[in-house]
Amino acid sequence: MKRVTAWGFCLLFMGSACLAADETGDERYQALLYELRCLVCQNQSLADSDAELAGDLRKRVRDLIDQGMTDKQIIEHLQARYGDFILYRPPFAWRTVALWIGPFVLLALTAWLLLRRIRRRHARASGGLSDAERERLAKALKRGDD
Amino acid sequence: MMRGWLAVVLFAGLVVMLAIGLTRDPSRVSSPLVGLPVPAFQAERLNLAEEKFDSAALRGEWSLLNVWASWCTTCLEEHELLMRLSQQLALYGINHRDTRDEAQNWLQVYGNPYRSSAFDEHGEVGIELGVYKVPETFLLDPDGVIRYKHIGALDEKAYREEILARIRGERS
Repeated sequence: MKRVTAWGFCLLFMGSACLAADETGDERYQALLYELRCLVCQNQSLADSDAELAGDLRKRVRDLIDQGMTDKQIIEHLQARYGDFILYRPPFAWRTVALWIGPFVLLALTAWLLLRRIRRRHARASGGLSDAERERLAKALKRGDD
Repeated sequence: MMRGWLAVVLFAGLVVMLAIGLTRDPSRVSSPLVGLPVPAFQAERLNLAEEKFDSAALRGEWSLLNVWASWCTTCLEEHELLMRLSQQLALYGINHRDTRDEAQNWLQVYGNPYRSSAFDEHGEVGIELGVYKVPETFLLDPDGVIRYKHIGALDEKAYREEILARIRGERS
């Protein structure tokens, strides 16, 4: 499945991604490169970027795999040098709480506001009366009795 | 009435946030190395291949570690300033992804502000330092701790406000 995805990416981004895949065929290497961001072309992963730095970092990732490091160790190795920015998936920490939770908070807030508005409108449409209106109605009906 | 004000306040907040975002340069990524001892690395010296440039020697006084290359045009912008600074500050170079001939020639043509330069032919030292945009300049305190990193050409203003101010202890 992973291989299918990798080739899917290849077809999608032809060019450099394909070259990178042909160089190795190593799935771990490939998967890692898509997790890591190139700091020169900031919207490209290490797998996609043609920047020289990306080439150096690909070589470093390859060397670290050969040294027997785990994926986690490799990511920490690069994170220690380049910071969180090199990760496409930022870590969950206090300083990133707004980033991770923010959208859900906004969604909940919007849903709540929307629901409240719908309920009100519904209440009005179905003839819900305020206390003052009810009183006026009662008075008017009484008058009608006379 | 209340609700109208709430909308105005929310909108103003959004505008302020976006305005702050606009003033930031996304190509300048802060380094996790600031505040930590300079990473351990060794490399050949540019002018003396048989001698080692050892980062462990970068202590005992304030120093600047400047990443440069002969192919780097922005490096020429800061070169005059570096030449002047070299008379009052310990200045070391990392010659990044270059050839020895071209780098040595560059120093001869424009002048050599460095006490010594490490020859980082394949960019390995660059990775240790988290270099991604040449030139970069690191300020090291006498304990060998990185106190500041400047990305791009160093200028008079950055030197005074970011570097000199730290050496004088006016900011941390």
